Amino acid sequence: MEENTIYTVEQVKDRIAQEFPTEVKFDTKVKPRRLFMSADKEILFKLCTLLKDQLGFDHCSLVSGVDWTDRFQTVYHISSFSNNITVEIVVDLPHDNPEVDSITPLWGGANWHERETYDMFGIIFKGHPNLKRLLLPEDYTFFPLRKDFEVGGL
Amino acid sequence: MAEMWINMGPQHPMTHGLWNLRIKVDGEIIVDSEPVIGYLHRGWEKMVEDRLYPQIIPMADRLCYGSSFSWSHVYCMAVEDLMGIEVPERAQYIRAMSDELQRIGNHLMWLGAIGPDLGNLTIFLYALRERELFLDLFTSLCGARMTYNYCRIGGVRNGPPPNWERDLVRTLDYFEKRMDEYEDLVDRNALFRMRMEGLSYLSGKEAVNLGVTGPSLRGSGVKYDIRHNDPYEIYDELDWHMCVRDEGDVYARYRVRMDEMRMSVQIVRDILKKMPKSGPIRVKPPREAPVGTGMARIEDPRGESLMYVVGDGTDKPYRLSVRSPLFVILSAAPAMLNGNRIADVPSIMGMLDVCMGETDR
Repeated sequence: MEENTIYTVEQVKDRIAQEFPTEVKFDTKVKPRRLFMSADKEILFKLCTLLKDQLGFDHCSLVSGVDWTDRFQTVYHISSFSNNITVEIVVDLPHDNPEVDSITPLWGGANWHERETYDMFGIIFKGHPNLKRLLLPEDYTFFPLRKDFEVGGL
Repeated sequence: MAEMWINMGPQHPMTHGLWNLRIKVDGEIIVDSEPVIGYLHRGWEKMVEDRLYPQIIPMADRLCYGSSFSWSHVYCMAVEDLMGIEVPERAQYIRAMSDELQRIGNHLMWLGAIGPDLGNLTIFLYALRERELFLDLFTSLCGARMTYNYCRIGGVRNGPPPNWERDLVRTLDYFEKRMDEYEDLVDRNALFRMRMEGLSYLSGKEAVNLGVTGPSLRGSGVKYDIRHNDPYEIYDELDWHMCVRDEGDVYARYRVRMDEMRMSVQIVRDILKKMPKSGPIRVKPPREAPVGTGMARIEDPRGESLMYVVGDGTDKPYRLSVRSPLFVILSAAPAMLNGNRIADVPSIMGMLDVCMGETDR
């Protein structure tokens, strides 16, 4: 937990660019203590392992899904207690087959976030220990946060 | 002896809200546990996709009645991040002050709630009596006791009323004397200590991995507070320090929250000294947000709360995602419960300050 090395945003960025030169694209947005990037879904688990094991990112803040009607996105906010940096990783998934590697084996804090994203969007997290509905009843057949879900009412 | 599953909840005095704790017991010992949530799910994240940006502020208030200012605060900060708005300095001070008053109010509600959990009704009455003073302060600040609708995108709704400083200092002075009384009542009570000390040990490393944040994390000896490590508003200019305990048991979590109340008093006093006496408190936000994303996180009374908002160029958010601190802490409940006894469940779960409104959303 107590990391000896403290990395700056630039160092983290260089390290990731060195390991994944083509798979990770950095956003042009610059904010203090933030790093924005998008990654291919194939290397997500490797990228997260690098962040956790070598760069001292020990806390998964949030996993959320976004439905862009032609594709899904999962967005990961992962922060480091030693470096005080939060990275935002955006992963695009195909709309007809939304599957991505689970990061729960790395950070236990992602467990319920991934279950909730599955619950609301139907995104499958491969390797999740207990991927079943969390907030909604188990016999529901729809995923309400998808944009094609009719809300009804007024 | 045969093992069996027991449902504690959804209707149970331990639960403080509507949720179910399933525990597998071997005699008196809990060998496995599983929190079941969703009883209070109202589709908050779907509802807000159909609302204008300012209309979501009162809805954010209703995520949790105990810490409603913190929630509207983190929502406004996320939208400001999306729209690229700079908040005036005076509004930042007012927001930080309200945040700290909210923290005291919320911790007093928690203190009131754990009293009956552990068999002491006196502390319940005392804590709620003092909480009312802080709710009175909020009433004079923004006209409501619990759901304030006070934070605005780009600032706050109004400045403090006349005599605000006098009332605030008077309340804080009175409250600090009362804090000693609470500590006499709880810390020097052998029965309370027996039900808290050495229970439910959670190591710092495990707490970090499970995503536990806030007082429960600092009770495990991890020095992490977003106000200090990722400062927002004007917290980096204030004179305060983090409250950390190394024990990692229930008593440490209790102590961290009690120390935080005193620290909040110190922060509010410091804000009163440094706050500019006049100046703008609000900038006008655009009606429509640009295409892009915004993210903000603050130290809620219960831990790290984060909102991620996606704008698509219209006046409604395309997606608003919420990280509730309690949502993640509840998922870590098995790590805290397993190995303890059934009778210890109220003190372990009560110490987390469970609020289902923000957990189920």
